Amino acid sequence: MELILALAIGVLTGSGVWLLLRPRSYQVIIGLCLLAYGVNLFIFSMGRLYVGAAPIMPKGGFVDPTAYADPLPQALVLTAIVISFATTALFLVVMIASRGITGTDHVDGKERNP
Amino acid sequence: MTPEILPDHLIIAPILIPLVAGAIMLFYNDRNRQTKLIMGLVAVGLMFLCSTELMNSAKELTTGGETIVRIYRLGDWPVPVGIVLVLDRLSAMMVMLTSLLAAPSLIYAAAGWHGKGQHYHSMFQFLLAGVNGAFLTGDLFNLFVFFEVMLAASYGLMLHGSGPERIKAGLQYIAINLAASLFFLIGVALVYGTTGTLNMADIARELATLEPAQRLLFHAAAGLLGIAFLVKAAVWPLCFWLPATYAAASPPAAAIMAIMTKVGVYVILRLSLLILGSEAGASVGFGAPVLMIGGIVTMMFGTIGVLGTPDLAHKGGYLAIISSGTVLAAIGFSQAGGGPEILGGALYYLIGSTGAISAFFLIAEPVSRGDQGDDDDAASGAEAANEQLAERWDWTPMGLDSVEDTPAPASTRTVSWLAMAICFSLIAAMLAGLPPMPGFIGKFAILSGAIRDNVGLNGQLPAMMWVYTAMLILSGLGALIGLLRFGIRRFWAEAGPAPRILALEIVPVLMLLGMILLLTIRADAVLNYTRDTAHALVDSSIYRQAVLHDAERVDAAPPQNFEPVEGKEEESE
Repeated sequence: MELILALAIGVLTGSGVWLLLRPRSYQVIIGLCLLAYGVNLFIFSMGRLYVGAAPIMPKGGFVDPTAYADPLPQALVLTAIVISFATTALFLVVMIASRGITGTDHVDGKERNP
Repeated sequence: MTPEILPDHLIIAPILIPLVAGAIMLFYNDRNRQTKLIMGLVAVGLMFLCSTELMNSAKELTTGGETIVRIYRLGDWPVPVGIVLVLDRLSAMMVMLTSLLAAPSLIYAAAGWHGKGQHYHSMFQFLLAGVNGAFLTGDLFNLFVFFEVMLAASYGLMLHGSGPERIKAGLQYIAINLAASLFFLIGVALVYGTTGTLNMADIARELATLEPAQRLLFHAAAGLLGIAFLVKAAVWPLCFWLPATYAAASPPAAAIMAIMTKVGVYVILRLSLLILGSEAGASVGFGAPVLMIGGIVTMMFGTIGVLGTPDLAHKGGYLAIISSGTVLAAIGFSQAGGGPEILGGALYYLIGSTGAISAFFLIAEPVSRGDQGDDDDAASGAEAANEQLAERWDWTPMGLDSVEDTPAPASTRTVSWLAMAICFSLIAAMLAGLPPMPGFIGKFAILSGAIRDNVGLNGQLPAMMWVYTAMLILSGLGALIGLLRFGIRRFWAEAGPAPRILALEIVPVLMLLGMILLLTIRADAVLNYTRDTAHALVDSSIYRQAVLHDAERVDAAPPQNFEPVEGKEEESE
């Protein structure tokens, strides 16, 4: 499982970085989304990987913490997803405004070779 | 209202006041701009009172010989588990600085800028809430959340007024900040993965006993976090977004965004001295060379930029870069064991230069209003500049009103123009570091601290310190030349009619200048405060022990019985 997760994070981040460096704003936003997915998976994996372990403990009494997954990274991921989703949506709006005003989807607002 | 209860709750007030004020404003129609302005000013006034009170309490605690750190447990959970707000001298000082910069910017916006788009005042208040939260929090992930609050509001403020120029700069500004936020998240996750905690003080404690393999990962985390904060602090080579963004933003937005680069500087100052300071075990001084060299190169870059660009608002951006670089390099020296004196001077410089840069952004637009451009490119530039200007003024979304832009003033040289000229020269003197101004006092304090604490056994200053000293003086010279050239051309050489300037645009500049003047008159008191702050920062155990004071209790809790308890098991079933 570690290998699959590591590969997934690597592929997502790698393609995200490549797209982020492209000149079209659409590619940039897709790249940012992919990067955010990669980062979210990474945060998740920082709580160590458990198979079939719930992150919520039952009511009452002391429990064996090794039988449960770390709940904190899941809470962090939730926050990170919400924030990156909101800011990406905002970026999308600005991108569309830029496309409408400048007439091009180049990130500099003008084509390099007109 | 027992004395223990009141100050504790006061710590969260600088976050709550703007947050609530900004939220209430959303209920009003956007045309009630005067109402919103008054609400905003009241909120900023309350924030100022709170920050005064907080600063006094931070000061009192020190003189009483007690700990100088107060904590506020947000969910009342025990310390390393729950999120805490931490008030110490540094955060009290930064919150105070924020509230001092906020009022002039708001008043300036009343001259017409707040009508050029929607929800200016709400976004302004949310920005303040985010900035204050970032200054006060003692938790790394909470810091991320406040960073995002601040950034989201700043995107709105930056785009306020719209227009092609702003949208183009805004697109790049948002993209780079989203990328930096992702770096921040990776860093936070790695810190949690290696130390198992997100409380800054607790991280510092865990770091001392980290295994070598984990420590390596922690260093990677520190590097990634460093990238995220250095983007915000605009260190070279992560600073190319700054001049374009700040120049494109409307002047009042740029004036309050001047504090945002200082948020990045603050976090680096806090984390590098607390976590990677003198008690970090094998990680002592990690990142200090980057800060030193990066800071010095940033100062060089800023100096060249100020000299190179003809546009006044761009010059402001480069001046902000110089100011960041100066403080960052001082942090690096201090972290590497250069003593607290140099840091005390740098903090004083930070207060003065942030105020001056804020004033500079406010004055840049009225002063260059109707500017015909440099003589060299007058023929080609003037036409384009006018066209651009006209475009900017005409672009009023949703038919909202705009700033007065009558092209024909009554006389050639007005009193307001004269006032502007005097203000401009004072701000230029401040930013260049000429004697009576705080810029000079701050740089002098940095230099005297650098020389007093760092002369080696052979009586020589380290080479890096020489370079820093030289850059400190050269950057002032560069700023002086760049601003004088503009000032002479604009105020003396041009014979054309003076542009019309509203009183509402002069008053905020005068307020900021008053603050700078006060900083000169009370230089001894402020310098004492910043020096004590620096001493407390360099001795990181003060902060750590104060925050973790109650944490001992958690550690001392009886070991948990991991066997399922029979009786409890039955109960739950």
